Amino acid sequence: MFQITRRRLLTGTASLAALSGLGVAARAQGKDKVKAAFIYVGPVGDYGYSFAHDQGRKFLEEKLGDKVETSFVESVAEGPDAERVLRQLAQAGNDIIFATSFGFMNPTLKVAKQFPNVKFEHATGYQTAPNMGIYNSRFYEGRAVLGTIAAMMSKTGKGGYVASFPIPEVVMGINAFTLAARKINPKFETQVVWVNSWYDPAKEADAAKALLDQGADVITQHTDSPAPLQAAEQRGAIAFGQAWDMQSFAPNAHMTAIVDHWGPHYVQSVQAVLDGTWKPGDVWGGMKEDFVEMSPFNPKMPEDVKAAAQKIVDETKAGTYSVFTGPINDQSGTEKIAAGQVIPDADLLKMNWYVEGVKS
Amino acid sequence: MTTTLLISILMSVAGAATPLLIAALGELVAEKSGVLNLGVEGMMLIGAVTAFAVAVTTGSPVLGCIAAMAAAAASSLIFGYLTLSLTANQVATGLALTIFGTGVSALAGAPYVGITTQTLGLLFPPSLATDPIWRLVFGHSPLVYIGLLLTLGVWWFLKHSRAGLILRAIGESDMAAHSIGYPVLTVRYLAVLFGGAMAGLAGSYYSLVLTPMWAERLTAGRGWIAIALVVFASWRTGRLVLGAYLFGAVITLELQAKAAGFSFFAPEFLSSLPYLATIVVLALISAGRRNARLAAPACLGRPFRATA
Repeated sequence: MFQITRRRLLTGTASLAALSGLGVAARAQGKDKVKAAFIYVGPVGDYGYSFAHDQGRKFLEEKLGDKVETSFVESVAEGPDAERVLRQLAQAGNDIIFATSFGFMNPTLKVAKQFPNVKFEHATGYQTAPNMGIYNSRFYEGRAVLGTIAAMMSKTGKGGYVASFPIPEVVMGINAFTLAARKINPKFETQVVWVNSWYDPAKEADAAKALLDQGADVITQHTDSPAPLQAAEQRGAIAFGQAWDMQSFAPNAHMTAIVDHWGPHYVQSVQAVLDGTWKPGDVWGGMKEDFVEMSPFNPKMPEDVKAAAQKIVDETKAGTYSVFTGPINDQSGTEKIAAGQVIPDADLLKMNWYVEGVKS
Repeated sequence: MTTTLLISILMSVAGAATPLLIAALGELVAEKSGVLNLGVEGMMLIGAVTAFAVAVTTGSPVLGCIAAMAAAAASSLIFGYLTLSLTANQVATGLALTIFGTGVSALAGAPYVGITTQTLGLLFPPSLATDPIWRLVFGHSPLVYIGLLLTLGVWWFLKHSRAGLILRAIGESDMAAHSIGYPVLTVRYLAVLFGGAMAGLAGSYYSLVLTPMWAERLTAGRGWIAIALVVFASWRTGRLVLGAYLFGAVITLELQAKAAGFSFFAPEFLSSLPYLATIVVLALISAGRRNARLAAPACLGRPFRATA
């Protein structure tokens, strides 16, 4: 779909900034001030994923004050456009650039090679370089909580999942949701609808309605706007917020939300650049590290459901629960992970198969 | 397939088609007068944010819709002044209007992110729409009926009214119309204003009916589909309504097929269906006549300077 973003207007500003950036000599050791840039896949006003990253950026500014100068470019299309934006930001004298969406992976890798003095951090991917680290959130821990609630509250035993793109991050979430749900109700099924966009409120809402039409009574989403929640609210179904507490959009439907906290990681990374100790990291934080948090449960949720959901949260924090513990069957019903085994992180990050109960 | 499901699907089709239809009707009238306004997406966003802000402030979604039409028409007036009075390039100015609308709606909408409001209510009492069959007749948002009424109105206006004849004459040959004394610029200004108001109304559908909220770029490119629909319909009102509902159907069926677990086709293929349908229909249209461009108003996109 044709979209015009403010990025094109920023181009001019970025080239001007590049001229001034030429004078900055990269110092090997610490710095007095760090310029940090962020690129987002959606608008900061999506009130979802990109909004959460931008809250992280604001947290960074608040914590480090005048030791950091931040900028961001929103609504950057994944692919070649991202490469151009990244290159401009690198030329503009930024010390560290955060590329916050999976689809920015290859462009980031390419630009990182061209600018060895600039540091890059890519969210939710798996490629690294000497000056490119990765960081991610264990959203799936939250998905397991959602799956538990969904299976306990669903009457039809059918969950609807509004999903963006079939990438490992999303596949992992669908699997975690389904595995947790089938622990409660072994017949639970997850019906996935791909909308092939991170952000398209009208399509997300229509997808949720289609799922509800087909018998789902719980809506989960891995897209970034509150539209699916509103569709669930209108139909009297239940649903969950994405990336941020979306209670205000659907006071009755919204059970809880997976809230992303990127701020602490941004502070840590930029502080490391200030200290001259930054290394390309591989950070994957979950509930224990406060990367992921569940928003307050809806008061309308039955007490036993609240207790079961809270139990998953507590056990995840304590490190005694992982949703990806075998036995796990794949879609065809063949055992993929033996009893007691836990899927290793490296395999999770490349996950390209569905567990039993996923209809896609 | 149960009746209830079928009714639900048909309701969704009407819902998906309505904003496209309303925006495309406005663009059709503007283009028939010879003005190509590519700013539909921007005007829709201005309409969407205005509708939401006014509905939240006053508590009245109806006022929101009216304000949306006024605000989007005002933005189209900027376009009109630049292209008609100052004879600026219409394509460039239209694109600028879209960029402007995207930016200004994000700016004006910032205080309204993260809240919701009541939706535009139903036109008929819900008791009429309890039975699934009657729901199909009475259960839609008022804008669905308004969209169809507008279609009738625009069709009658263009085909059967004297004013419509003058508007079409101006779109086909502005010089000739001017030489026999028709006010070319005034008519074009009115057509552009109508286009703006319709785009605003279409925008309000997104922020007050489909997803009662404001978020940046809420319409996500639907304005471009509306412009494409006008070409798709080869500038005919009847085909426009068919095209809009066809698009609505393809959008809805794609999602319904996925939701029904219809996994015969790859999801990517289903997503590309609306665009494949466009190509197929465009090919059919141009095969039927020597040149599809024959249907376009002859003066479309050309600036008019009165010489005498």
